[in-house]
Amino acid sequence: MKWARWALLAVALAAFPWIAGEYYINLTSQIFIAATFAASLNLLVGYGGLPSLGHASWLGLAAYLSAWMSLKLGLGHALTAPAALLGTTLVACAFGWISLRATGLGFLMITLALSQVLWGTAYRWVSVTDGDNGLRGLTRPAPFGISLDGATSFYYFALAVTVVAITLMAMFVASPFGAALRGTRDQPRRMSALGHDVWTVRWITFVYSAFWGAVSGLLFVYYNKYIHPASLSITSSAEALLGVIAGGSGTLAGPIVGAAIIMLLKNYVSAYIERWNMLMGFVFVLIVIFMPEGVVPGVRRLYLRLRKWRTG
Amino acid sequence: MTFNRRRFIQAAGAGLSASALGFPAVARAQSGPIRLGLMTVKTGPLASGGIDMERALVQYLKEHNATMAGRKVELFVGDSGGVPAQSRTKLQELVERDKIQIMIGPLDTASALASDDYIRSQQLLTLSVAAAEDMTQRKPNPWFTRGTSTSSQSAQPLADYCAKTLKYKRMLTIADDIAYGHEMCAGFQRVFEDAGGKIVQKLFPPLTVPDYGTYIAQLKTNVDGIFLGFAGSNGFRFYRQFNEYGLRGKVAVVGGMTAFDEAVLRNMGDEALGIITSCWYSADVENAINKRFVANFRVDWGYDPGFYAAATYVEAAVLDATLQKIHGKIEDKQAFMKTVRAITVDTARGPVRFDHLGNVVGNVYIRRVERKDGRLVNRVIQTYPNVSQFWTYKEAEFLKNPVYSRDWPPAKNLES
Amino acid sequence: MQYWIIQTLNSLALGGLLFLLAAGFSLIFGLMRIANLTHGSLYMLGAYVGVTILKFVPNLWLAALIGGAVIAIFGGLIERFILRALAGNALGQVLVTLGISFIVADFCLIVWGGDPIPVQTPLALQQPLRVGGVAFPTYRLVVLAIAVVTAVALYLLMERTRIGAMIRAGVDDMQMARAVGIPVSKLFTAVFCLGAGLAGAGGIIGGPIMSAYPGLDADMLPLALIVVMLGGVGSLLGAFVGSFLIGAIYTFGTALLPDLAYVILFLPMIVVIAFRPRGLFGRQTV
Repeated sequence: MKWARWALLAVALAAFPWIAGEYYINLTSQIFIAATFAASLNLLVGYGGLPSLGHASWLGLAAYLSAWMSLKLGLGHALTAPAALLGTTLVACAFGWISLRATGLGFLMITLALSQVLWGTAYRWVSVTDGDNGLRGLTRPAPFGISLDGATSFYYFALAVTVVAITLMAMFVASPFGAALRGTRDQPRRMSALGHDVWTVRWITFVYSAFWGAVSGLLFVYYNKYIHPASLSITSSAEALLGVIAGGSGTLAGPIVGAAIIMLLKNYVSAYIERWNMLMGFVFVLIVIFMPEGVVPGVRRLYLRLRKWRTG
Repeated sequence: MTFNRRRFIQAAGAGLSASALGFPAVARAQSGPIRLGLMTVKTGPLASGGIDMERALVQYLKEHNATMAGRKVELFVGDSGGVPAQSRTKLQELVERDKIQIMIGPLDTASALASDDYIRSQQLLTLSVAAAEDMTQRKPNPWFTRGTSTSSQSAQPLADYCAKTLKYKRMLTIADDIAYGHEMCAGFQRVFEDAGGKIVQKLFPPLTVPDYGTYIAQLKTNVDGIFLGFAGSNGFRFYRQFNEYGLRGKVAVVGGMTAFDEAVLRNMGDEALGIITSCWYSADVENAINKRFVANFRVDWGYDPGFYAAATYVEAAVLDATLQKIHGKIEDKQAFMKTVRAITVDTARGPVRFDHLGNVVGNVYIRRVERKDGRLVNRVIQTYPNVSQFWTYKEAEFLKNPVYSRDWPPAKNLES
Repeated sequence: MQYWIIQTLNSLALGGLLFLLAAGFSLIFGLMRIANLTHGSLYMLGAYVGVTILKFVPNLWLAALIGGAVIAIFGGLIERFILRALAGNALGQVLVTLGISFIVADFCLIVWGGDPIPVQTPLALQQPLRVGGVAFPTYRLVVLAIAVVTAVALYLLMERTRIGAMIRAGVDDMQMARAVGIPVSKLFTAVFCLGAGLAGAGGIIGGPIMSAYPGLDADMLPLALIVVMLGGVGSLLGAFVGSFLIGAIYTFGTALLPDLAYVILFLPMIVVIAFRPRGLFGRQTV
């Protein structure tokens, strides 16, 4: 039964480009990118209990590094991609070291502040980042000689990366380390007493989460072939955080659903409703009122209640 | 008449899939309506200008029965929120779903740059409002035409006016710390210093600065004039605070094309009187087309059209005239581009034509804020005819220099 | 010399404005543990509502009182009907307060349009004050005075009244406060109204300096957060000192180190949170 559902999903995702128009293929590719990004943030927010408002740092930094290396150093994607991931992860090691001196709202604020520093640097360090003009003239990679310039090929590429990313994040959460992580979220003192190094558990999660954020950043810059400081802004971070919370933090499907909701409101519904920003606000408020734990757990709860009621 | 095969297949595929997904399929016949896209901003800090862009374009279509060169025109509007990545997504929506054949917009430089490679790959006809210099200079986009101006195109004549007519010798510049501000101030500086003046101070406050007090305290007051290169609400806020500090009347203020726009003036009082600005448009420009434009716009919305409203109204006129010449065959992109770059059109801003890079050559007006019928207007006091983006410099020599920026031309006369 | 005098006055005036903005945020956070991310929106809404009130009541101070009351009621409604149910759900609070700020931003755009709208400075205060060779906007000095008066009033409220004692008890130890029979529920609503009202009135009083424009909310919210994190949550003294500290760092920092203009406000916050997580005067770690 469960297998059938997964197979159906796989077939639907694989077949989507064959039935949908170019616009919908591209929109779905962007949902994949946003979903990977939100899922990586969920490791911190949902499983680690550490709300970050600076996650755009990793998306933006990886994108900028890759763009800068290809534009100014003339390197190919085979080099820029791993180098950008490595560079971003190293910065995350340092930022994690600073940020994890705090927890809770302090953590939220310090991640916000650090990401603002990156944002300000991108805006002001014009000789490297081209400031407000952003870096343009970028290309998409061609893994195994397959060009990703078409909507369909990029769709499969983004899908593949997203599946790998989500799988590896799910394995991380399901591992004994993931159990320890949830322990530090719920009972930090007890975990400490049990001999776990709470700080190190959090720090590793921070870096791992930033790594997948960086992966989504590469997808982002490949897709857009352009990077602008706006991608490092509070708005960009907040959008990911809102996606995680709206979908349901601490669940695997939650961030995916949340990211999809925001992406569709912003890019699809906005074509029909002029005041889509207000609508998005109302959607968030309604979600919080009716499903304070997020859409995915909320729907699951309703579904179980319905089944219970039907079976008497 | 070349019919692009790839696009046809895409269109057919999209039609099929659209019906598969349960959306109404759109047939794309040659004789069908022209599908015009407007990329604008209707949410966030840039919304004021973006909404004016839509209003003026809708007005143009209304005045012409939504018909150009005998074909109906259908308008599709995208709201980018002023965010570059979103602007690109919205453009894809307009192109891939709404099948637009030509775009007017976007509003802001970053959005134009973010869409640059997409415009090239889709060969999308574009009539831009954004002022990014290099899109018609060192990295020209072959599908890009701009009927408004580059960032510095209006600032350069103003510098000439300051040096030669107002006889200013020492000036300072202040503008938003974005490419638009940098380019405008750089162009102003170059022309002013080439005419013998000196720019003794350059300030670039961040775009989202909470308070200008600390910058106002830094202003040198022993200068002949201050050039303001702000856009949107920032110029308005800066000037109000400038007044607060009692500097009005002590130092003369001149402004770039967006600093004292009609949209800003309608919320200002006597403090704005006498300020001199330059722009490729003013609601006060005397010609029959503009008279009708302003009158109709005032009837509908109760205020004078400014920079952004005029931008789409002018672009629409350029589009209309080009289509007349090619008998409405917008499908022939090569012919469209060839025609638009050779055409001369009478518009609300006066006659315009285009250089071989796609940028406008047209009048730039020196304007002074005056009171007329109880409201503030930008009264035209001098016209610089047929101003090119290169001002009076030779194109080849101009393009050999780096693009205008914070650091170029170098400021040799700064005093600390 | 003149330059330094003016910049010092600038930093004080900005500090005063920041205090009006941040005091309410700090109170709400300290007592209710809610990071109210609508705070910037309440400030902006206050400024816009003030613009409309001024059309009927041509007195800025009266408008600030009325506008403050309107925003206080709006804040109270948010607290009662939405935030009340989310006690302890920090992520839900983040989502809903940001959601409300989206709604408010679009609402202001619909009602007041996208152009910047000035708030007129009271006629008597329009001329700058000139002492010696120094000219400084009179109105900014008045804002500074209002901030100091507000701070004293809040101090008296907290230290000398029953409500104040209850709030302090709640800030220090919520469970104990409940146990000794303090009506925590009513207290929450009262404090939220007070905090929202302060933000709204602040928007109007700041109006002649800042004007009302789309994006004002996003410009102000980070400032409130910075001040409160620096000063320490729930501490009136912290908000007061933090405001003036940020005012000074911003004013002198952007003047002396223009290349750091974008990050100057965030660097001190990083240092403070990393090495003194409770802020300068906070009693509790957030």
